[in-house]
Amino acid sequence: MEIRSKAFKSNSRIALEDANLQRALGNLKAGFPSKRAAAIARLPEFDALRDQARDLKNHILEHLDLYLEEFEKNVTTNGGTVHWCRSAEDARKTILQICQQQDAKTVTKGKSMVSEEIALNEYLEANGVTPVETDLGEYILQLRNDHPSHIVAPAIHLTLDDVSTAFHEHHKRPKSDDPAVLMQEAREVLRTKFVAADVGITGANFLIAETGSTIICTNEGNGDLTQTLPKTHIVVSSIEKVVPTLEDMTLFLRLLARSATGQEFTVYNTLSTGPRRRSDQDGPENFHVVLVDNGRSDMVGTEFQEMLRCIRCSACMNHCPVYGAVGGHTYGWVYPGPMGSVLTPQMVGIENAGLLPNASTFCGKCEEVCPVRIPLPKLMRHWRDKEYEKHLSPASVRWGLGTWSFFARRPSLYRWLSRGSNLFLRLVGGKRGRISKLPLAGGWTDFRDLPAPSGKTFMQQWQERKQ
Amino acid sequence: MANPHPRVGLFVTCLADMFRPEVAFASVKLLEMAGFEVEVPERQTCCGQPAFNSGDRADAAAIARQTIEAFDGFEYVVGPSGSCIGMLHHYPELFAKDDPWYQRAQTLKARAFEITSFLAVHLDLDKLSSSFSGKVTYHDSCSGLRELGIKKQPRILLSKIPGVQICEMEEAETCCGFGGTFCVKYPDISNRMVGNKSDNIRATGADTLLGGDLGCLLNMAGKLKREGIDVKARHIVEVLADMAQIPAIGESDRGA
Repeated sequence: MEIRSKAFKSNSRIALEDANLQRALGNLKAGFPSKRAAAIARLPEFDALRDQARDLKNHILEHLDLYLEEFEKNVTTNGGTVHWCRSAEDARKTILQICQQQDAKTVTKGKSMVSEEIALNEYLEANGVTPVETDLGEYILQLRNDHPSHIVAPAIHLTLDDVSTAFHEHHKRPKSDDPAVLMQEAREVLRTKFVAADVGITGANFLIAETGSTIICTNEGNGDLTQTLPKTHIVVSSIEKVVPTLEDMTLFLRLLARSATGQEFTVYNTLSTGPRRRSDQDGPENFHVVLVDNGRSDMVGTEFQEMLRCIRCSACMNHCPVYGAVGGHTYGWVYPGPMGSVLTPQMVGIENAGLLPNASTFCGKCEEVCPVRIPLPKLMRHWRDKEYEKHLSPASVRWGLGTWSFFARRPSLYRWLSRGSNLFLRLVGGKRGRISKLPLAGGWTDFRDLPAPSGKTFMQQWQERKQ
Repeated sequence: MANPHPRVGLFVTCLADMFRPEVAFASVKLLEMAGFEVEVPERQTCCGQPAFNSGDRADAAAIARQTIEAFDGFEYVVGPSGSCIGMLHHYPELFAKDDPWYQRAQTLKARAFEITSFLAVHLDLDKLSSSFSGKVTYHDSCSGLRELGIKKQPRILLSKIPGVQICEMEEAETCCGFGGTFCVKYPDISNRMVGNKSDNIRATGADTLLGGDLGCLLNMAGKLKREGIDVKARHIVEVLADMAQIPAIGESDRGA
């Protein structure tokens, strides 16, 4: 996927003007956060579980190699194969190779953000394999040649009318705006694809080391058909999703659904443990797990390690006032919102994504709701440190900051600067006590008045009183 | 035996110094009411947050050292801003653990308090007396709320003022869009956020908006004024110190 994060500002202006998008974002804001709050209110130990989950993830990250190797060993014992892929390209090639070995024409896909991260669909198509998204949201996006704007609700930016138009154009059926009819239509179209697919690709919410299992948590059941009907099941997952035991997995499941959608549990929680055994009624003949690193192991041992605790619940973006104003596409790559503002610079380079970690007021809401207590503002600030170190911040910002800090480090000069600015602003403010237009401060005064100082500086008055 | 009048160093904050000196005077008045001897160290400037949040750690650390020195020897450091005091609490992050400044930063952090949380503990609340009367709504500024746990304290203090009727707004804990340099770096998004805020403020029917951080208050007051919404914005200490006779933020008693 093309990286458009450098256009964050112009993207955001377009998004703010987009009435459809704003309506959709309004629904998101009204929906997920209140459902999450209600679900948490019903679980008094929620915060204690968050602490446990944070500590467990920290432990896993300290022993990531160990748990991944245990996972691989158990997948192999079960008759499956693990593929280690350092880069997105390695992962794409590996998946294509498996598809080609099966002589696959079409593959069905469950929802997977990692497959978006490695731009899998475009690659498969270019190489003669047709991917079919089976998650309803992803399916709609595929028809529209669009990308997810949210990691849990990928088509959140679309309206019902967008969906019925896309269905009408592609399914050649009468246009309907009844969600139940549209759902049925998608079911009918997708059912034949499920049966025809040679390979099924899903993501994984967790990898369980002790059993060599993978699990997907969904609400539609499409993932189950994707992974049980075709002859070959490929799980594409990033490395930090490994957990030691099934018991540990349940801790995260309790946090995941509540944090994401406010459900106690997602509707389908489907474990895959190797290919079909003799005694099994169904299941794939071949089971592959493609483990994607793509910059993650570089984060281990750095100030960004804590980001690897992320379980992709989307609570940070659901509660983020910036995401809520501009939506996910504005961020210009796969992962939007606060978690994306930390991950994207790691994966595409800070020089391509510097605007993302800056697009935060550091209000801290994301950290407040994170089920694994990732200090997202701190991590975004670390990216700002990197940006500054590498002289990537805009010259105007560096100059302004340099001048300001020159004064801030010299108290007596700072006093004079404050006095001068204070006097200037009082003069401009005049009798109204506020300023409607100020040169070089258009960012402020285009949208709001600037209250003028109510008197001389405090330091000036304090001195005068003391004398 | 403890000093009968422990010394408090007032951290004025740039915005109070520059835009709203009454906020600092009100703070002095309230701290004296609580029995403290208040001093204003001259070597203080800004807390350094603009540098810290822009990735300029060297300047942030230089400013931190200056602030630590300026407030050496005070039992407490108190300021009328959750954001700036929150920044003082970040100071240890600027130094390596074996740097002597790290320990000094920790010591400052342990002594640094935002004013409403400080007063809620140290002030005999029966001493509060204010002629203020009105329907107020309170904006919880992000840094105070999430970094320092300030939520109940301002409301406890306001509950002691007989004329105050609190009407909570929807999304009182949602950011107003100020965010320091954010509001000028991303003006369109900031505008949307402060627009949502002013809608929520208006919907309460309150005549006064109170808060504990001048950055947010200047932002919200400026938006309310621009939209012609007749809600007066004030820092909470103005009401607590019975100084709410002065013109509200962005207003003037000189006509126009």
